[in-house]
Amino acid sequence: MAATHSRESLNGKKGVKTWREKVGLAEMLKGGVIMDVVNVEQARIAEDAGAVAVMALERVPADIRADGGVARMSDPEMIIGIKEAVSIPVMAKCRIGHFVEAQILEALEVDFIDESEVLTPADEENHVDKHAFTVPFVCGLRNLGEALRRISEGAAMMRTKGEAGTGDVVEAVRHMRNLMKDIRRIQHCREDELYVIAKELQAPLDLVKQVRELGKLPVPNFSAGGIATPADAALMMQLGAETVFVGSGIFKSGNPAKRAKAVVEAVLFHKDPKKLAEISRNLGEAMVGRTVASLDEKELLATRGW
Amino acid sequence: MPVVGVIAVQGDFEKHIEAIGRLKIPDLDAREVRTPEELQRVDRVIIPGGESTTVGLLMERYGLGAALKELAKKGMPIWGTCMGMILMAKQVEDRKQYTLDLLDITIQRNAFGAQVHSFEDEVKLAGMKDPVVGVFIRAPIVTRLGKGVEPIGKYRGKVVAVRQGNLLGTSFHPELTEDTRLHEWFLTF
Repeated sequence: MAATHSRESLNGKKGVKTWREKVGLAEMLKGGVIMDVVNVEQARIAEDAGAVAVMALERVPADIRADGGVARMSDPEMIIGIKEAVSIPVMAKCRIGHFVEAQILEALEVDFIDESEVLTPADEENHVDKHAFTVPFVCGLRNLGEALRRISEGAAMMRTKGEAGTGDVVEAVRHMRNLMKDIRRIQHCREDELYVIAKELQAPLDLVKQVRELGKLPVPNFSAGGIATPADAALMMQLGAETVFVGSGIFKSGNPAKRAKAVVEAVLFHKDPKKLAEISRNLGEAMVGRTVASLDEKELLATRGW
Repeated sequence: MPVVGVIAVQGDFEKHIEAIGRLKIPDLDAREVRTPEELQRVDRVIIPGGESTTVGLLMERYGLGAALKELAKKGMPIWGTCMGMILMAKQVEDRKQYTLDLLDITIQRNAFGAQVHSFEDEVKLAGMKDPVVGVFIRAPIVTRLGKGVEPIGKYRGKVVAVRQGNLLGTSFHPELTEDTRLHEWFLTF
């Protein structure tokens, strides 16, 4: 047998925290569904339906949208309750740039922090320095430049922003297509054009080069924002998402347990239209939703973050 | 032509396929397995890392679990990493969840705690001269060894690697490292 392995060593270091172990958790979530939940009961329904993780928050994006006002990190009490109720990873959201909310979530030992545009931004210039944390972060993207800026700040996982709380998948599709188009451009340009492309993308050159080599982001790329049906989930998977987040789409629907299970199965069989047809039958009412086109510019969440 | 099937219901299955690719063994094929039919076309199986509740549920629902148990009885080599080892176990502490009941062991899930306690460290394995770098991600440990189960790796006194005949289980993720010794060894089973 060919001896091709390259042995690794930690040079005597013990029990170290690493980038690989952070991104590793995102790798373990691939091919799954992450569900927004607002209480223990919903968290159990999500786990029983086959969610790979839950996002613990006080209000789903559809309600944040309806209620208005400042949206902040959730009460630690509810996050602790959900952590105790399920065995799958528990994520929670902090406001963009609010590194103290992030510190609190890390102290609560959530498994992933979403620095999320769904909450009201706390800083209109700086995002959280995510390298400073041992807990991994996921951040939203609308295009490659935004993704690489977040990765350079230490995000271990990316997701499309979409337009959360609408049940309208159009923005998630736009963001995923933008990303893939940008990646294809980098792969097919001349090497000497990368400098200008990096400048245009406002992204670090070394990350641009990595994307050219890999043909994808250097961290797992998931999709969120407006996914409401099994077909929406399968659409995002076929467009290149590696896992989907479903926010308001499940618990704002007529039959959450059934719909949750169906979305999980749709991700597994995302390339099989016959299975998808079977999975999509009789799910009850989908969330009512709002079309993104009917929103005022100041109602848009995806434009938060830079 | 030998074919390694990697259970691709959910998790880091691509990383195992990449690791096998790095072995550069001519004619060795690694492919994704999602259905009982695809399972019939492979010689050995790797169950990757992922979420054991999700994958267990789907393997049970679509018959992949039953088909795999059948093949294990006939002696097919199976290796589970992290979630894979949980699914292969007879028992999981404090939980009722679907498992394949292959390895006669009891598992404690998330034995080191939440993600902030995930880590890497060197692990000495029986029969291997140099240690491997273990990537432990919300990792399980083995708390009970049944008859015929050999503990082949311990970390801080806890069993993190076991072998029972043609079955192998590891708490950590060799597929996330460049070191392919465990993949090579599994191919000799």
